[in-house]
Amino acid sequence: MPADIPSLYFLIVSALVFAIGAIGVLVRRNAIIIFMCIEMMLSAVNLTLITAAHYLNSLDGVLMVFFVMTVAAAEAAVGLAIFVLLFRNRKTIKADEINLLKG
Amino acid sequence: MIDWVWLIPLFPAAGFLVNGLFGRWMNFDKRVVAWTACSALGLSFVFSVLVFFSLLQLAPEARAAVPDRVLFDWIVSGDFRAVVGYKVDPLSIIMALVVSGVSFFIHIYSVGYMHDDPGFTRYFAFLNLFVFMMLTLVLANNFLLMFVGWEGVGLCSYLLIGFWFDRDAPANAGKKAFVVNRIGDFGFLVGIFLIFAHLGTVEFTGVFAKASTLDTTTVTIITLMLFLGAAGKSAQIPLYVWLPDAMEGPTPVSSLIHAATMVTSGVYMIARCHVLYTMAPITMATVAIVGAATAIFAASMGLLQFDIKRVLAYSTISQLGYMFLAVGVGAFSAGIFHLMTHAFFKGLLFLGAGSVMHAMSGELDMRNMGGIWKRIPITFWTFVIATLAIAGIPGLAGFFSKDEILWQTYNSGHRYLWLVGAAAAGMTAFYMFRLLFVTFLGKCRASDEVKKHIHESPAIMTIPLIVLAVLSVIGGYVGIPHVLGGRNFFDEFLAPVLGGPPLGSGGHTAFSLVRPAFAAGGLAEEHGFNMEIMLMAVSVAIAVIGIGIAFYLYLWKTEVPKRLGERLKGLYRLVFNKYYVDELYEACFVTSTKRLGTFLWREFDDGVIDRSVNLVARLMLGIAGVLRRIQSGRVQGYALGIILGAVIIILFLIR
Repeated sequence: MPADIPSLYFLIVSALVFAIGAIGVLVRRNAIIIFMCIEMMLSAVNLTLITAAHYLNSLDGVLMVFFVMTVAAAEAAVGLAIFVLLFRNRKTIKADEINLLKG
Repeated sequence: MIDWVWLIPLFPAAGFLVNGLFGRWMNFDKRVVAWTACSALGLSFVFSVLVFFSLLQLAPEARAAVPDRVLFDWIVSGDFRAVVGYKVDPLSIIMALVVSGVSFFIHIYSVGYMHDDPGFTRYFAFLNLFVFMMLTLVLANNFLLMFVGWEGVGLCSYLLIGFWFDRDAPANAGKKAFVVNRIGDFGFLVGIFLIFAHLGTVEFTGVFAKASTLDTTTVTIITLMLFLGAAGKSAQIPLYVWLPDAMEGPTPVSSLIHAATMVTSGVYMIARCHVLYTMAPITMATVAIVGAATAIFAASMGLLQFDIKRVLAYSTISQLGYMFLAVGVGAFSAGIFHLMTHAFFKGLLFLGAGSVMHAMSGELDMRNMGGIWKRIPITFWTFVIATLAIAGIPGLAGFFSKDEILWQTYNSGHRYLWLVGAAAAGMTAFYMFRLLFVTFLGKCRASDEVKKHIHESPAIMTIPLIVLAVLSVIGGYVGIPHVLGGRNFFDEFLAPVLGGPPLGSGGHTAFSLVRPAFAAGGLAEEHGFNMEIMLMAVSVAIAVIGIGIAFYLYLWKTEVPKRLGERLKGLYRLVFNKYYVDELYEACFVTSTKRLGTFLWREFDDGVIDRSVNLVARLMLGIAGVLRRIQSGRVQGYALGIILGAVIIILFLIR
């Protein structure tokens, strides 16, 4: 990581990406897009962790990133499987039409 | 041998468990049921006799001091300790003998009487349970265990009165007995509580040893409360109303529970607590007055009844009144003596009535009987013996015990109570002979259909009749008063428990404390002796007059009763309707209680409790109606909630 770029910039980028992801999750209706937005949020977190690790000169943050990536991978596998099954059953993956739990 | 006393109640309990648990399930044959029940009682009786004889081996003073046979701790909590333990002393063993002996013969009788009843197994299970409870009551060594037996016999009484529960009358009679007994039991319980509160123990030995520390007021309240219990269980004024209705049960039940055993437990309880009672003169007077009043009141109600069993029921109440009169004037042993002879002859009378019903196809109204004595000779002659015994004809059991009571009443200075008792004795003789004459003698008024079927009961029913008849004759000879040259073994035997003159002294009664007038001086004794014989003659004369009137009215001039009834219409109706006491209670207590119950149901239960519950429910519904809008079912809505929540928390943290 280039030493002459201040850590703050990385954090700003990370916050922006996280916010975009969060808004995407809230406003988009397509489940796959929502899913991608969640991945963006995770990436933003990863960026924060890396920045912090660099700034503090410690490996702890890097280690956390590995965990997050593992979770993201597992989530992708399970989530996509769910979407496939959902689509087979309901012929849609629009989040607002999937409201079986509504009381 | 005395240590084995716990076996006496155990056998009926075992019989109850076997018949009650397996009888229906494994479909026992009737013979198996009958053998189980009767042999349980037989063994119980044998052990009572064995314990009785072991007790006789001891010196008289030692008999009352046999240590309690404690089986196990029942309730132990702080200072409070109640055990399951049995007390053997002359008083309890006499009760155990009477209970197990009479029960045994009534069980045998029941085998014949209930033979065709579909509830045969249930009947014997209940009957065994009853005997178990009754024996627990009389053998208990503390008030609490006695109360268990007390309630247990009440329960069995309820179950057996309502034995034919598919009919309304028995079911209602059972309920009535149960409810009226609750009133008495309330008093009994309060008495026990007070005893524990003041003396810190409920065991008889401890209570009576410490009784002298109580002050008169306390002991009066305690004994009055206990007497309330006794009045309920033993059908005394004002709680006697359940006993006549209890006749809806099977006749052997009336004989066993409502004549011979359970209803006398109140007398036993007072005799057991005589230490407390003698300390409370007010209670004693109350007991004596209530007893005498009940004796004459119930006897007068029995005068005009036509239902055989009801006549006997009123007679039972009246005789119980005698027993209370006896214990009320301090003649505890005379009360127990009458209790025993009454168990014989009244048990016999009921069994005889059952045998008549058996012969008359279930008829109970004596107006539809008459002239049947030749067809059922054993029933008739045993009935005659019992009637003579209860009427107080010299030589039979009832004479000795009743005269003992009347003499003791007179002797203790209660002249008016003696007069009441003697009058009641006359009435007793009258209504019993009326019953005898109308039922067995004269012209037969039964329908031809019934007439054809009149037959003597089988041996299994007549043998108990004969045994009880023999006992009704000889039962009195254990207590021949000294004035007639006897030794009054009964008094002597009970003296260590109930107190009395030193053994072998010239005293001829068990109780000398309330007899200061005749306590000393040969002349006074002499005077007492003459007086006693005179009173005896008077009461026999009264009985004979009663019999004579019955003879005149119901055998000789049979048209006279009707004319008399018409002339004294008001009085006749009053007595025939039992002084409208049931109606009075109905108006005073039952209706108002029902009205109160209905009021509470409608206004309090429906109006307050139900309404407040409904209000809470409706409130919840309203809140939920608002809150449910949040749960839209859209995942993103929830996600927004999560994010907003997270943002708020973060803002809160970094602020």
